[in-house]
Amino acid sequence: MKTPLLEIEDLCARVQDKEIIKGFNLTINAGEVHAIMGPNGAGKSTLSYVLCGKPGYEVTSGKVRFKGQDLLSMSVEERAREGLFLIMQYPVEIPGVPVTTFLKHAINAVRKHRQEPELDTPSFLKLIREESKKLGISADMLKRPVNVGFSGGEKKRLETLQLSILKPSFAILDEADSGLDIDALKVVADGVNAERSDSNAMLVITHYQRLLNYIVPDFVHIFADGHIVQSGGKELALELEESGYARFVKENN
Amino acid sequence: MSTETEKPEIIDESGDKYKYGFVTDIASDSAPMGLNEDIIRFISAKKGEPDWLLEWRLQAFRFWQKLEEPTWAKLHYDKIDYQSLHYYAAPKQKVSPKSLDEVDPELLATYEKLGIPLKEQEALAGVVAVDAVFDSVSVATTYRAKLAEQGIIFCSISEAVKHHPDLVRQYLGSVVPYTDNFFACLNSAVFTDGSFVYIPKGVRCPMELSTYFRINAKNTGQFERTLIIADEGSYVSYLEGCTAPQRDENQLHAAIVEIVILKDAEVKYSTVQNWYPGDKDGKGGVYNFVTKRAACRGANSKVSWTQVETGSAVTWKYPSCILQGDNSVGEFYSVAITNNLQQADTGTKMLHIGKNTTSKIISKGISAGRSNQTYRGLVKVSPHASGARNYSQCDSLLIGASCGSHTVPYVENRNKTARLEHEATTSKISDEQLFYCRQRGIGEEEAVSLIVNGFCKEVMQHLPLEFAIEAAKLINISLEGSVG
Repeated sequence: MKTPLLEIEDLCARVQDKEIIKGFNLTINAGEVHAIMGPNGAGKSTLSYVLCGKPGYEVTSGKVRFKGQDLLSMSVEERAREGLFLIMQYPVEIPGVPVTTFLKHAINAVRKHRQEPELDTPSFLKLIREESKKLGISADMLKRPVNVGFSGGEKKRLETLQLSILKPSFAILDEADSGLDIDALKVVADGVNAERSDSNAMLVITHYQRLLNYIVPDFVHIFADGHIVQSGGKELALELEESGYARFVKENN
Repeated sequence: MSTETEKPEIIDESGDKYKYGFVTDIASDSAPMGLNEDIIRFISAKKGEPDWLLEWRLQAFRFWQKLEEPTWAKLHYDKIDYQSLHYYAAPKQKVSPKSLDEVDPELLATYEKLGIPLKEQEALAGVVAVDAVFDSVSVATTYRAKLAEQGIIFCSISEAVKHHPDLVRQYLGSVVPYTDNFFACLNSAVFTDGSFVYIPKGVRCPMELSTYFRINAKNTGQFERTLIIADEGSYVSYLEGCTAPQRDENQLHAAIVEIVILKDAEVKYSTVQNWYPGDKDGKGGVYNFVTKRAACRGANSKVSWTQVETGSAVTWKYPSCILQGDNSVGEFYSVAITNNLQQADTGTKMLHIGKNTTSKIISKGISAGRSNQTYRGLVKVSPHASGARNYSQCDSLLIGASCGSHTVPYVENRNKTARLEHEATTSKISDEQLFYCRQRGIGEEEAVSLIVNGFCKEVMQHLPLEFAIEAAKLINISLEGSVG
């Protein structure tokens, strides 16, 4: 018996006056990894922002249920505390705020929501140290201000670290491979794979097939002109790698 | 009889979070309203001052009458009627309590409530000595005996006038003469109390010294005067905290802090200013016109000003450094936060006179609501100050779209070998930063405070630890309701 985690029905959304998501449908069950592939400008990132509730992204119609609840009525932070996590394509810098401080605020906000006690400093540091080690994050990096002066690889490692300590039930990876060399990509992919379980799910948004060699999806959807134009198994990604997006884009123009 | 009332006099319905807004119901002894030579004689007589000091006050008063209130600051407030204030208010108690046991329990309770225990055994386990100034007088000074063992004098300035007249006479007005400016001149005429510190040669003060200022009485100006003298090779860290009740009318505070630093000595002066800022519509609040100045007289002397300014309706304050001794060092670290209708015009002056003098200015201004803030600073290098160096950094952070932030850095350089650097930035808390924090489950207000604390970090790390924690809390309180 499959448990649906995220159910998106006929979602339409716009940014300013531009309609970008046009009748998007997708159901993702616990234990599944879905990939969304599509050409640049198809609205892939917009989809992730809409799901997370980013201000400025307006839902015009449709429904989204997350663990059976109405996702669209929740604030950004409520969605996050309920277990929706976005690995961002371009994580933002927060000057003067050390990584550890930031992580502590985040983890305790989530724990509080789950009615768990706040983590005390020693247990928190222990957790961070263990998880950082797996991702090759140095103690020095944890002291630096969030993302300030981080390389592309360091930024994505920090995103992955947050994924591993916040343990969300649903993670969206928005172009998680951008700016990564192959070694960094492997580290990030290993970190993400380690979090895969029967109780959670992931949506991997990517332009290239490359990432899907490392994070192998159960389903692949081709996204063009604001909605899914074709769905299949992981072989669809390989097919796409050979034929390109042209035919999908054309079909929709 | 005196019962303490906890309720603020104004029932504030805007949900204001100023937790120090209560009024202590204590009988007070005050001067008649208004300002004239008789009032000055009254104050001087109350304090049993020597003739020279009365004469000095009168000279200051006569000079003040010829001065005009300055208007160059970017501040707008109703004209102050100097004749409608009381210039002296003292809680009625035994003239000078010989020990803490003799201090009115009502006063002790007030300070307790403000988080400033005056009982020595409780006072932060002996790391901080406190001088408590209530309206116009110092009500208690802790740890005096212990400090006296090392020759350190820490007492109210009134007592210093009595017991250490030579030191007071030698240094009073030597850094800020009464001719300096309108508010300093007024203070010189009517100053009531404040702290006095003398650190003898070669002594490193073993604990933080602090003064806690509290304005309580209605329609009363507070004019305190602090004088700190660090003799050769000595060191002291000094803290200053301020609060006032929440009142509908504006209260005037015009203080002076003078610091004299001799050869090889160092003074670290930290302020957390939390005077009542007025309500959401700008009603009430303290007018804070302060002259603070340190003179690094000897070679290798050093002064460091650190201030966190969250309170007051109007702030006019420029802690300055006169770098007279060769190789002397002046530092200014400031965080100023304005919200609602608060106004602040604050900054520093670095006057390079000696050779190889260095100064550093780090100013962080945060404006929210409809507030307005100006950084105003002067770096001046005299012709003889060869090798002078200054680094200035002025960063402004805006929250919302209705506040203002201005930077006015003056530079006057008369020496070719001087190296001066100035950096300034203005930024807003970006939507991207807020989204990032919130996406990780951090609520919007918490996210703002996290970002603001990060912005101020360079300054906050210069505060003594206990003060830094208090200041971080204050920043959060000051910004409550500034987003959303």
